[in-house]
Amino acid sequence: MDTELILMQLFSGVALGAILVLTALGLSIIFGMLGVVNFAHGALFMVGAYAGLWVASLTGSFWWGLLVAPVMIGLFGMLIEYFLIRPLYGRSIDDPLLLTFGLSYVLVEGVRIVFGTDGIPFPTPPALTGVLDLGVGFFPIYRIFVVGVVFVVVLLLWLGLEKTRFGLIVRAGARDPTMMRVLGVDISKVWLLVFGLGVGLASLGGVLSGPMRSVNPEMGSLVLAEAFVVTVIGGLGSLLGSIIAGLAVGIVISMTALFAPEMATIVMFALMALVLLVRPQGLFGKLA
Amino acid sequence: MTDGIRNITRTNISRRRALAGLGAGASLVAMPWIARAADDTIRIGFPTPLTGPFAAEAKDQVKSAELAVKQFNDKGGINGRKIELLVRDDKLNGGEAATRTLELIEKDKVHAVVGSLSSAVQLAVNEVTRARGIIYVSISQSDTINEVKDFSKYTFHEALNPHMTAGAVARYSFKKGSKVAHLVADYAYGHEMLRGFKRAQAEIGAETVGEILHPFGAADYSTFMPRLRSMRPDFLCISNFGRDQANSIKQAVDFGLKQQAKIVVPVILHNQRLAVGPEVFEGVVGGANYYWGLESQLPSAKAFNDAYRAANGGAIPTDYGAYGYTGLSSLLMAMQVAGGTDTDKVIAALEVLKYDVAKGPQSYRKCDHQSVQSVLVLESQKKADMKGDADLFKVVANEAASEKVLRGCTELGFPA
Amino acid sequence: MTSPALAEPLPSSVRKPGRVKSLMTTYRVPLSIIALCLLPWLLPSKALAVNVLVYGVVAVGYNLLFGYTGLLSFGHAAFVGAGAYITGIAIGQFGVPWYAAVLLGVIGGGLLAFAIGALSTRTRGIYFSMVTLALAQLVYYVALQASSWTGGENGLRGFTVNKINLLGYDINFLDPVNKYYVLMAFAALALWVVSRILNSPFGAAIEAIRENERRARTCGYNVERTKLLSFTLSGTICALGGTMSALHLAFVPLDSLHYHASGMIVMMTLLGGASSFFGPFVGALVFLVMEDVFSLWTSHWQIIVGSIFVLFVLFLPKGIWGTFLARFVR
Repeated sequence: MDTELILMQLFSGVALGAILVLTALGLSIIFGMLGVVNFAHGALFMVGAYAGLWVASLTGSFWWGLLVAPVMIGLFGMLIEYFLIRPLYGRSIDDPLLLTFGLSYVLVEGVRIVFGTDGIPFPTPPALTGVLDLGVGFFPIYRIFVVGVVFVVVLLLWLGLEKTRFGLIVRAGARDPTMMRVLGVDISKVWLLVFGLGVGLASLGGVLSGPMRSVNPEMGSLVLAEAFVVTVIGGLGSLLGSIIAGLAVGIVISMTALFAPEMATIVMFALMALVLLVRPQGLFGKLA
Repeated sequence: MTDGIRNITRTNISRRRALAGLGAGASLVAMPWIARAADDTIRIGFPTPLTGPFAAEAKDQVKSAELAVKQFNDKGGINGRKIELLVRDDKLNGGEAATRTLELIEKDKVHAVVGSLSSAVQLAVNEVTRARGIIYVSISQSDTINEVKDFSKYTFHEALNPHMTAGAVARYSFKKGSKVAHLVADYAYGHEMLRGFKRAQAEIGAETVGEILHPFGAADYSTFMPRLRSMRPDFLCISNFGRDQANSIKQAVDFGLKQQAKIVVPVILHNQRLAVGPEVFEGVVGGANYYWGLESQLPSAKAFNDAYRAANGGAIPTDYGAYGYTGLSSLLMAMQVAGGTDTDKVIAALEVLKYDVAKGPQSYRKCDHQSVQSVLVLESQKKADMKGDADLFKVVANEAASEKVLRGCTELGFPA
Repeated sequence: MTSPALAEPLPSSVRKPGRVKSLMTTYRVPLSIIALCLLPWLLPSKALAVNVLVYGVVAVGYNLLFGYTGLLSFGHAAFVGAGAYITGIAIGQFGVPWYAAVLLGVIGGGLLAFAIGALSTRTRGIYFSMVTLALAQLVYYVALQASSWTGGENGLRGFTVNKINLLGYDINFLDPVNKYYVLMAFAALALWVVSRILNSPFGAAIEAIRENERRARTCGYNVERTKLLSFTLSGTICALGGTMSALHLAFVPLDSLHYHASGMIVMMTLLGGASSFFGPFVGALVFLVMEDVFSLWTSHWQIIVGSIFVLFVLFLPKGIWGTFLARFVR
């Protein structure tokens, strides 16, 4: 097996990991802060893709879709938190999981009703079409762009959490929400924003994925499973974990594709099961 | 309490009979839900995935099937009896399909079943119909249903099978010495398509330079592209279906594989081409059972298209939609010949039937009831060449109906 | 002198149950069986009625773990599927008589439940749900790959049971009424087993764990072993449901192992009521009838079912049967 191929495969693994990182981050933030497992995360990813497509078709530009859709769906996420998730606080920890599970059916079918059941083409923006010669092989420019966007987003997220006051509140609230209340922080506003942020990240992932895969109502189903695998391996609630696990899983899938491609999906779940049994809190998470 | 339970289990059988009697009385009250009394209508069950990723194809099938029924009813039905189509949603799930088929047979008392899309669903339906002696005309692509294990005298397969379509595409595209790389979905259907390709390649003298199996339902194919490129093929053969096909073609094009190789697929799907767009699909070659563009060559295609347009506000029938029409038509024509719904007579009629309702001459082979019909080879048009929104493909080859392109009866397990 | 605490009526969970409620609890198995006997005549089709039996059993079995032990497993479809596949393979490929195949299916499903349970009960809370989902998906992919045994994506077929011999009588199993009542016998057995489990000291132990795990541990219960036993028993009952499904449809679809199928089981249980014995059965009945009826009206029935489920989680967490019992049965 020549080194060029292996290097190329590594690079595609990293690119694949980038989208995984984005969706996993959203899921992880929501769980870390609210203790909610958002089973509708994949569906919201899909809604984001459709929103991006819709905005792009209205304005004629992919870039508007990329900027506006995540914000739109992030706001929609806040509505979900306020009306559907908030009433469940204080009840069983499983209730938000169950509610979001039902919600995912509603969202998927809703999209089918509005946009139809067929896939819709999401054209790659003209500025980003074509391949780049990386020296070890050709790689689509658009995917390199996606890696870049994810990198920037992760950086902004880190800066936001480490350097701003809001970030401080989020981190403290994840550690001890009761204490935050005692200190006088309106935790419900924080929850609203964090849920919106998590959903926004998922929908950003959706918009970015659009030009790479066909946009159809079922596209969120596999994404949800992948996001779970990555968040669990990295540790539910840990951002660093999501990033590292996302890239790792992307690379593992990519390398498996080289030697036993039909096992690429199995290997993901086997890895998740393995991590859960050896270290249930994931690589960087805290034990429940 | 335990004594009570012991009593119940001991007298279970006689209680059952008593309750059956009670139930019969209760059933008179629950009238609307009880199986209808036998009357003159000919009832045909039509399970199809109205819910799920192939809803569009399913709706096309329903419209085409209804057209076939309407045409027969307008001509006076069969021996004066009207035909009724009972459409059911099988949700693309084998368990649901089996349940719906049971309901169609037990409650609605259908005389035959036509339909389903997806290999698993048709096999589920077939399992139910063959145990109960009901004719089933499957319109779903599959090699498996031809094999002796799933066969029964009641089973008919009106659709193409992957062996035929892959073979036709190979015979049109490959030459001696062509280098072919394969990307195959790792499930039965994918393997069947690959087998069809390889067999045709062997006859032509084209060589396989590489073969990658991908997980069924994968969304991302980027990890397979570098290896495929390194194989330096003349042709990239993608053997999968539905969304997998749309995604893999799109990503192959993204990775620049179209500059290197020609992309061919065993079945080029109307709705997937719409889902991805003309630019991505341009130049892709694949097989099909039907394309509306045949009407310029074939009078029966024109007749079908016109009737469909008249009934559906100018819309044209799609590939999968046409299956609804041809499948149902063959069954109804056989019933006409047999003079009614007597199962054995209809089977005998189907086995010798020769018909041409939309795409040229068709008939059923005796050993496995596989429909012998032409296979179209289509090439996806450049956007600039499209003369209208529906002008998606051009017919580049039309392989005539012949038993020679099918797998041999003995190979399928039938006695010689 | 009345203590001020007793001036108010006690909450219903502590109050001694009234006559109707305790009668219903004591006779819950016979009452359930009577209801089941009438079922096929009240539903639109016998095939649907058998599906209700199958999923009713599965939901009741699942509820042993979910409602009574308090553990949310998202992978129970693996056991239903295992029971179905083993039964089908035994009949189809090994020519085993149907009752032996059912036994094998139940045992096999139970062993799988033990294995997955042993691995997953080591984790707690949300991680438990995630592990069960991951392990069940693994089973799905293994079944997909082992296509020479399972038929892979095409599903398992070729094991239709036409006729069974019961106590010397030849019964035509293709007849829908016969099939229903034979399978109902299994359902009755499953209900009886679950009822016995719940009435036993073990039943009290699992409810203690659900209420407060730490306290149960300090009371001396071996929490891990109890959870594992509950998981295994629950999985075994689900496997029985799977064998029933295999006999009913003569087909095992691969999708029955997917996490969507597990999710459906959870929905049914919740819909009916996870806090009661018969609730999950009611949930299965309502869910399947809803699905059947709605899909006749519109192909978008999923949005209706999904919305109803969301509303139930928000406003009727006790489920249909649970709310009915709480309000009207004293």
